[in-house]
Amino acid sequence: MDVLKKVPVREQDPQVRAHNFEEVCLGYDEKEAKLEASRCLKCMNARCIAGCPVNIDIPGFIREIEKGNPEGAYKVLSNYTALPAVCGRVCPQETQCEERCIRGIKGEPVSIGKLERFAADWARENNIKPDLPTEKKNMKVAVIGSGPASLTCAGDLAKLGYEVTIFEALHEPGGVLVYGIPEFRLPKETVVKTEIENVKALGVKIETNVVIGKSITIDELMEEEGYRAVFIGSGAGLPKFMGIPGENANGVFSANEYLTRNNLMKAFDASYDTPIAAGQTVAVVGGGNVAMDAARTALRLGAKVYIVYRRSEEELPARVEEVHHAKEEGIIFKFLTNPTEILVDDNGWVKGMKCEEMELLEPDASGRRRPVPRKDSEFELPVDTVIMSLGTSPNPMISSTTKGLDLNKYNCIIADEETGQTTKEGVFAGGDAVIGAATVILAMGAGKKAAIAIDKYLTDRQ
Amino acid sequence: MYKILKKKILNPTVTLMEIDAPLVAKKAQPGQFIILRTDENGERVPLTIADYNREKGTVTIIFQIVGATTEALNHMEAGDDLHDFVGPLGQATHTEGKKKVAVVGGGVGCAIAYPVVKKFHEQGTEVHAIVGFRNKDLVILEEEFKDNSSKLFLMSDDGSCGEKGLVTDALKRLIESGEKYDEVITIGPLIMMKFVSKLTKEYGIKTVASMNPVMIDGTGMCGGCRLTVGGKTKFACVDGPEFDAHEIDFDEAMERSTMYRTFERNAHEETCNLLVKEVR
Ligand SMILES: Cc1cc2nc3c(=O)[nH]c(=O)nc-3n(C[C@H](O)[C@H](O)[C@H](O)COP(=O)(O)OP(=O)(O)OC[C@H]3O[C@@H](n4cnc5c(N)ncnc54)[C@H](O)[C@@H]3O)c2cc1C
Ligand SMILES: Cc1cc2nc3c(=O)[nH]c(=O)nc-3n(C[C@H](O)[C@H](O)[C@H](O)COP(=O)(O)OP(=O)(O)OC[C@H]3O[C@@H](n4cnc5c(N)ncnc54)[C@H](O)[C@@H]3O)c2cc1C
Ligand code: SF4
Ligand code: SF4
Ligand code: FES
Repeated sequence: MDVLKKVPVREQDPQVRAHNFEEVCLGYDEKEAKLEASRCLKCMNARCIAGCPVNIDIPGFIREIEKGNPEGAYKVLSNYTALPAVCGRVCPQETQCEERCIRGIKGEPVSIGKLERFAADWARENNIKPDLPTEKKNMKVAVIGSGPASLTCAGDLAKLGYEVTIFEALHEPGGVLVYGIPEFRLPKETVVKTEIENVKALGVKIETNVVIGKSITIDELMEEEGYRAVFIGSGAGLPKFMGIPGENANGVFSANEYLTRNNLMKAFDASYDTPIAAGQTVAVVGGGNVAMDAARTALRLGAKVYIVYRRSEEELPARVEEVHHAKEEGIIFKFLTNPTEILVDDNGWVKGMKCEEMELLEPDASGRRRPVPRKDSEFELPVDTVIMSLGTSPNPMISSTTKGLDLNKYNCIIADEETGQTTKEGVFAGGDAVIGAATVILAMGAGKKAAIAIDKYLTDRQ
Repeated sequence: MYKILKKKILNPTVTLMEIDAPLVAKKAQPGQFIILRTDENGERVPLTIADYNREKGTVTIIFQIVGATTEALNHMEAGDDLHDFVGPLGQATHTEGKKKVAVVGGGVGCAIAYPVVKKFHEQGTEVHAIVGFRNKDLVILEEEFKDNSSKLFLMSDDGSCGEKGLVTDALKRLIESGEKYDEVITIGPLIMMKFVSKLTKEYGIKTVASMNPVMIDGTGMCGGCRLTVGGKTKFACVDGPEFDAHEIDFDEAMERSTMYRTFERNAHEETCNLLVKEVR
């Protein structure tokens, strides 16, 4: 074996997977995992740990895998994260833990994410559960939303003995993990459900179908229902549109709508009722992870798919792995292309998209190369469906109904970076609701810090 | 789970149900709606809160059978449980400070109009209820409207009940006869609301229309419910469902409302076939 290279991970063949919703990456088996684990130098001063927002003892869990003790590895992981099978799959490891790995200086870093996934999957398949809390405190804490920030905060507080209730607006807990990230990257029934069940096993109650700000307000939770502290992890779900003509035509969707129909409502599965207008020729506008997910979903529903992005390949914000997978599956990338109008037929349906070619200026003060249109470069892309994937922002439902909760100019909740403390006493926040659309692991890191801060706040007030 | 406490068939395609949902009942206001799912694989469908009882913790819905979900819902009975029931969603109707209003409802839209009429009536506003149906078999809530409005004008397309004609005919006549409305509220088919809006614009009367585009989450997350109001994109589930009718792009809304028509027709047929099979 070449110690400079990662042990390759098995994947579904691109031609096959382009037609199904099964997971793309198949993960390591025990032998492969042990081999990869042996590449880790178990550094005394492990640089990788600082790259992980929840500071997992990476050499610690990898050592157990190498010893042939995946259960031990899972126990180490459980001390730091409630969602190892999720993070092992969707963390942008290449810019976090793996970026700092010492192995990466000369060759490829240790495949930390794939090993984390292996240990978590092994634990699930062998029905190993995290240890249950022993302490009990008679204090209620409310957690709003059930995405990764909230699940982490709730789990950590439950471990400390608090009575935690999660309030979720949708009918299914998990946030973006269930409505956004597609099945073929993150299986819902097995992976996500099990990790949520593990959080519940710690004693966390989850109330679905409760919209905070509508069904009940934060002030009421605190003043009437006896919650001593509140954590807001309501995410950044409000989709942006471009504001170009034709954008409200039939066949134009936000990525959130397209993905929600397919993931949460399972439109791809005939035994569910929700329909999806999948489209035959689809343009996805944008270049982030969400755009890749929407494009690959449309492809699996049978469409020919373009990704239309106004900068060049170098600037693509999506993970390299996802771009690579998208290309393998046959997604067509149109770089340096910007939509100017959506063309609509007599029945109000999309029949094409007018675009212009762009060029990049020299980097400005911020280092970004600004795209500008090239003269007389307009052309028409014949498509019947357009999916707008331009980013999202937090929705104002909670902030507009909570006294004393301040926002910044991007509608994000103002909260202390270290503690999550908001401008309202006893109310903490974290995840996408605070920093705008980001990553699962950053949301979890924020949930973790907030749990510590909430514990301190409630203990100090005793 | 949310128990169905009462079921009442109002006409062959319209059914009323009272649901046990204390949290929703506690906060409900006229003009707001809920989203329900009948079962685990079901679609999320929005329905207006037709009435509520805070003490009993109940919410009343009135729905028309148009597709798969409403068909399945209509096959449920008192004692059965709905899988999901979330709300109240959307903004409440602004009823404050109005002396005299006309509420114009059409078809099943009258179910949505009724709590609005009732609220005005209870707070002492003089309220004219103008309701229209295709024929007498489709009339719903006639008694309720009579008891909770200052005056009821019942219209039918074929004259089989009330007066023959459209709701716009009645409204126009009332305005011309000198009635001074602070506001007109219209709820019903898009085409009807479009013409009510056109009429009141001529007379310069402020008008509010209650929009019901296709929705999924109802929390501002998908953008599926968007429409154009005053040249700006709005999300009906969080910004509405009521908007200034004179600013709404009704033509666009009508086109958008057909987006899933073929899918839904198929789903409805499937559900019917399935139910027929079950019966056999
Ligand atoms: C398609 C897609 C792909 C992505 N891919 C990746 C990836 O590969 N890797 C990665 O690290 N990150 C990825 N992300 C980003 C990541 O999913 C998010 O950063 C993360 O989920 C944020 O977590 P959160 O807990 O802050 O909020 P969310 O996951 O957004 O959860 C918020 C929850 O709060 C609920 N809520 C909102 N308002 C209320 C209310 N008023 N009352 C009650 N509940 C409410 C919402 O319904 C939701 O369930 C992706 C995002 C998307 C959309
Ligand atoms: C805020 C709001 C409040 C509503 N209140 C009520 C109510 O109080 N009573 C009631 O009967 N209906 C109401 N509706 C409409 C109701 O939600 C739809 O009739 C329902 O979703 C249809 O579901 P289905 O699965 O049975 O039919 P589907 O199979 O989804 O649709 C069947 C047919 O109905 C049309 N349709 C689908 N969705 C809508 C819609 N949202 N509005 C109008 N036509 C639609 C389709 O184009 C199709 O032709 C409301 C809608 C909204 C958005
Ligand atoms: S949680 Fe994410 S960042 Fe942390 S070790 Fe695992 S893969 Fe790396
Ligand atoms: S830096 Fe790399 S080699 Fe060192 S402990 Fe971390 S993963 Fe192992
Ligand atoms: S229903 Fe999804 S944004 Fe309104």
